[in-house]
Amino acid sequence: MKLSKTTIIITIIAWSVALLWMLPFLGVFMAAIRPFSEIIRGWWIFDRFNPSLNNFMEAWNHPAFPLSRGILNSFIVTIPSTIIPLFVGALSGYGFARFSFRIRSYLFLMIVLLMAMPQQSVVVPLFQTMVSLRLINNYLSLVLVHSAWGLPWIILFMRNFFSTLPIEVEEAARVDGASDFKIFYKIVLPMSLPALASVVVLQFMWVWNDFFIATIFIYKDSMKVATQLVPLLGLGVHHVDWGLLSASSIIVMIVPIIIYVLLQKYYVKGMVGWTVKG
Amino acid sequence: MGRKKITARKNFPLFFSPAIILILFLVVYPILQTLFLSFLSSSGEFVGLSNYSEILSRKDILNVEGFPKWPPLGALIHNTIWILIHLPLSMFSGLALAITLKDVKGSSIVKSVIFLGMITPMIVAGIMLRYTFTERVGIVTAFFDVLGFEGLSKTWMAYPNTALFALIFGSVWLWTGFSMIVYSAGLATIPKEYYEAAKIDGAGPFKTFRRITFPLLRPLNIVVITMTVLYDLKIFDIVWAATYGGPGKASTVLAFEMWLQAFYFFNFNGAAVIATLLTLLTSVVTIPMIRYMVRR
Repeated sequence: MKLSKTTIIITIIAWSVALLWMLPFLGVFMAAIRPFSEIIRGWWIFDRFNPSLNNFMEAWNHPAFPLSRGILNSFIVTIPSTIIPLFVGALSGYGFARFSFRIRSYLFLMIVLLMAMPQQSVVVPLFQTMVSLRLINNYLSLVLVHSAWGLPWIILFMRNFFSTLPIEVEEAARVDGASDFKIFYKIVLPMSLPALASVVVLQFMWVWNDFFIATIFIYKDSMKVATQLVPLLGLGVHHVDWGLLSASSIIVMIVPIIIYVLLQKYYVKGMVGWTVKG
Repeated sequence: MGRKKITARKNFPLFFSPAIILILFLVVYPILQTLFLSFLSSSGEFVGLSNYSEILSRKDILNVEGFPKWPPLGALIHNTIWILIHLPLSMFSGLALAITLKDVKGSSIVKSVIFLGMITPMIVAGIMLRYTFTERVGIVTAFFDVLGFEGLSKTWMAYPNTALFALIFGSVWLWTGFSMIVYSAGLATIPKEYYEAAKIDGAGPFKTFRRITFPLLRPLNIVVITMTVLYDLKIFDIVWAATYGGPGKASTVLAFEMWLQAFYFFNFNGAAVIATLLTLLTSVVTIPMIRYMVRR
């Protein structure tokens, strides 16, 4: 293949942009692995270079706010907050795609509008409700809110996906006497694994990355999720411990990054699927 | 495409009820309660719009006197500035990157790198921004130091005239991946034959863009614009982590003020006002997209 001059120039530009975009991440990485005395004049200066994992160890085993606990808590919250809306949302997405009834289009429009709502619009009454139900400092409140909050887009996404499936298979099964539910979980769900994977990836990341909802409902230090612990590790009023802060940032970030690297295809499909394909 | 629909049967409500119950109790009802709270005093009496006039006359929300000058101008104006700068910048850079990267070797790696900002927890992103814009240790300030811009080589988050802009430019860095990936997906649906035909007809790259690429990508603009404006209105974590709205409220935004009112001052009624304003703004912004989706 012959390379034209413009191709080479564009390639160089593209890679420089990528490098530029990486710089803040690189900076945080350097701050995490190097002692602060080395990077006081900039992490890009390498006259001394003594990398270590000390900051990571300290963040992971911190006496007051161990990030190991935070990561575990995050998993405890995120896994049910992903699985519950996945099934609930797929079920009604299927309903929207396949059943017709009188108020269907209004119901659907309402759900689409809810997708745009800011979380600020619900937290005050929900906080009061959770206080009276004694669900503050209880993961049930987080799981419930995250599940409900994820539903609108999951319903929309799954409904769009189900609409693309050929209806003939389902009709044939119906003729054979299968019930709606049996058709749904025996025939439709197995055909929908790629779409379900997109839902899992996106919902997981949103819940994992959430900070706002968690700060409203969880106040006990030992129950705080990872995103809540990061600022507590090193972000003081007068002093900022960049090493500890950077190391804990990287530990929290690593989970979404691994998921993205492994399941990129599904992530992008979930992100763009419903916007681009008509 | 005329899709076939199965007429509802007896058990069809069972498909909807779990979702409807969760959404009604945890989303719809609280939104209405928030609206209701915004008309009540802290002791629970109906006070009409007086909470609204109280909140809108606060300097933290709307500081009209300060207007032509630097922040603090109030959260409402900060959010507006955010949209005015962030929307064009991230849209344009996303589109430019999508087009540039279309035929580049290793473009998927480049795209993944740019997309990192989208998968990073926003609270972590705020910390990274703070680091990047800190005097001497951060690369942005060091860059301006080398260029000799004294005002921009200081810690951006520490001065009222730079704090908000550090966050806004930071959010461009974080969010460009979104428009890039949407436009890239759109580009992939344009048949190669169009470009081949344009080449045969002797159209240059600029004309090809104006006559083929841009018109075919246009339907995506509405998606990118809506999602970006929603992102700008909902911005919270990076403000919390990087500046805490400061210094002197110079970088505060609506979502952050709402949180402060509710969970710092425990002024639930005032917080409900800000939340209702946010809800109104996001609803208005979403209408064009809903119409677009319904038409489809």
